[in-house]
Amino acid sequence: MDDVRAIVEALVFASDAPLSVERLKDILGDMERKAILEILQDIELEYRQRSGGLCLMEVAGGYQFRTKTEYAPWIKKLRGIRPVPLSPAAMETLSVVAYRQPVTRQEIEKIRGVDVSGSLKGLLEKKLIRIVGRKNVPGKPIMYGTTKRFLEVFDLKDLSELPTMREITEMEE
Amino acid sequence: MSYEVKLDIFEGPLDLLLYLIRKNELDIYNIPMALITEQYLAHLELMKALNLDLAGEYLVLAATLVHIKSKMLLPVEEGEKEGEDEADPRAELVRQLLEYQAFKEVALSLDKRKLLDRDVFKRIQPADETADEEEEPMVEVTLFELIEAFKQVAERMDKEELLEIDTERISLSDRINEILEDLAREKSLSFTDLLKTSHTRKGIIYTLLAILELMKMRVVRAFQADPFGPIRIFPAVEESTDG
Repeated sequence: MDDVRAIVEALVFASDAPLSVERLKDILGDMERKAILEILQDIELEYRQRSGGLCLMEVAGGYQFRTKTEYAPWIKKLRGIRPVPLSPAAMETLSVVAYRQPVTRQEIEKIRGVDVSGSLKGLLEKKLIRIVGRKNVPGKPIMYGTTKRFLEVFDLKDLSELPTMREITEMEE
Repeated sequence: MSYEVKLDIFEGPLDLLLYLIRKNELDIYNIPMALITEQYLAHLELMKALNLDLAGEYLVLAATLVHIKSKMLLPVEEGEKEGEDEADPRAELVRQLLEYQAFKEVALSLDKRKLLDRDVFKRIQPADETADEEEEPMVEVTLFELIEAFKQVAERMDKEELLEIDTERISLSDRINEILEDLAREKSLSFTDLLKTSHTRKGIIYTLLAILELMKMRVVRAFQADPFGPIRIFPAVEESTDG
């Protein structure tokens, strides 16, 4: 058992993208999904308890080692570059896309009350949103949705983990 | 009446309106239109005076506010009173404000999460170019865009070609097979390049027909990275097998 635990830890560490339980199951062969989940939770707890710099996080449908928040200033020093934070305008546009996807530019503009082509372009470049198709209405406007990268960046397991929006859902009949 | 104006950066007219409602501690369901319209317009004046780029949306909302205000001054006719739809001229604005406010809160809550590359970090991966390509936003093109692209090629051809001699006898199925062979080799083909491989009018028409036929059979799909960008033809099968 301890052996498998070490293998799981090594696999998560070596993986480029967040490693899903399904993928682990494929690699490990005959192991129950539940057993793998337990191992992951065990590792997660271990990292949380030992006073190290890493933690195991569940993001975008998989598991990934990340540095703990308190060490962010040091990592920023190491990387040398200061990542450009998203502007409030971009955050608002992204929020609408996240909750209303697939959504057209016109629909976002109706909610935000401003032109959003600039923030959409920025979000597309950052790969936080993507074009998911065209709406079947006159003009066939492009529809946008969030990407897997959005889940990765915002520390979300999946879209259902987004905080609920009581006011909004109540208003939609 | 004068009041102190604190100039925040507003994300738009609705943001400004919400700010005014909060500042005056007003009930969002019962906005005093006269007061709010006056303050809103004063803010616009100030923004103009400061030479801030005053987007058209601010003026649209100003017009809406004035319109609602005037509507509320009109006496309600007896007959209309019963109609629930006409209840309050402010209803639509209130709905819009609440919706916007909710999204604003969501934006703030998202910003509080442990953001990657801001609060938490992962190992740096070697730049992976293929992964980049996969994420490139592509939109399936409609028939209109295909025809438009076809027209452009055909128009160019009209000028170049003077005499048409029907020497090569091509069949539609031949052309279809040629395109499929090319696709197997290249993975994706540019629509205009495909058309240009034929030099006769008949040739490009057959090419177009072949592509349309293949699309109808769902063997190929046409995608475009951005509006007016080049159209590319892809095999319809998922490319999960290639490495």
